[in-house]
Amino acid sequence: MNPGHFILHEKEYNEIQSVLKKLLADSYAKVVFLVDKNGSLMASSGETAGFDTTSLASLAAGNIAATGGLASLIGEKEFSILFHEGERDNMHISVVDNRLILVVIFDRRSSVGLVRLRVRRADEDLGRILKSIDEAAQREEEGEGVIEELTEADIESLFK
Amino acid sequence: MSFINYSSREINCKIVYYGPGLCGKTTNLQYIFKRMNPESRGKMISLATETDRTLFFDFLPVSMGEIRGFKTRFHLYTVPGQVFYDASRRLILRGVDGVVFCADSQLTRMDANLESIDNLKINMREQGYDPDRLPLILQYNKRDINGVASVAELHALLNYRNVPEFEAVATTGVGVFETLKAIIKLVLTDLKRGGK
Repeated sequence: MNPGHFILHEKEYNEIQSVLKKLLADSYAKVVFLVDKNGSLMASSGETAGFDTTSLASLAAGNIAATGGLASLIGEKEFSILFHEGERDNMHISVVDNRLILVVIFDRRSSVGLVRLRVRRADEDLGRILKSIDEAAQREEEGEGVIEELTEADIESLFK
Repeated sequence: MSFINYSSREINCKIVYYGPGLCGKTTNLQYIFKRMNPESRGKMISLATETDRTLFFDFLPVSMGEIRGFKTRFHLYTVPGQVFYDASRRLILRGVDGVVFCADSQLTRMDANLESIDNLKINMREQGYDPDRLPLILQYNKRDINGVASVAELHALLNYRNVPEFEAVATTGVGVFETLKAIIKLVLTDLKRGGK
């Protein structure tokens, strides 16, 4: 896999999307997000219209990074689950396969116990998909070529 | 590490503005936020203290249009410049695709600039980047005030790789978009070459 970038193809994207959809239904959540550790939103499911998904992804990544820093200060590898309780909505944030962040927002229709249980299942499914992404990347090595074929003129065209 | 989504046809890259405290990193982002078409940028988030000093980071997502059918999005971050926030700076550098080093041109801030660029090199290495390869642009800010070092002096002191450098007055926008464009070009060129 190219170390410089993470490539997500349609097939794996659809698989991720169906895991999120199942998690959303099974945990009675309002919305579910999958974010990479650098703060880019990868996929989401549920009532996303009411949320600023880009900001949410960036802050969730910042949150995980900060608590990861705290963890290492006390000799822990990381805190793999964070839970924030609000007056109406709650947020469950967990690390998937040490590189992605799964965010579940839920209200009183669900509970932290149920969310935690369902997230564990989704973690396993997402881990499997990530493995197939890695394997595919190793086979292809250079992805589909769009990035490698970028020309100076393509890049310049952004600024015209 | 950039993220390329073939399903939504998007390229996402992370750019970090680095530099000593009060050099104008947040001001750069504020100017970009103010001047960009609202459809091309998201909300700006500032995690700051009550006195408006950056505590963790500022964040501004911007879209720059399409290349070969792919939307290009850049996530702009600043680090907290104050020396004692080093742990936070290290975290924000994770996954970075390009760095803008924003220097304070005032003669009285030369030590702070030097300390900050040395700190950048240390933190790049710690995150697994080669300080001699990661896309980097230098911006010499606050050119409008008295008692500033010459560009030649700043170049000799800070531009250890002879990378593109820009004079700026971030409060009025001078050099802000020139800097942004330059780092975006470097990041995309590096991406094409295959990253770090």
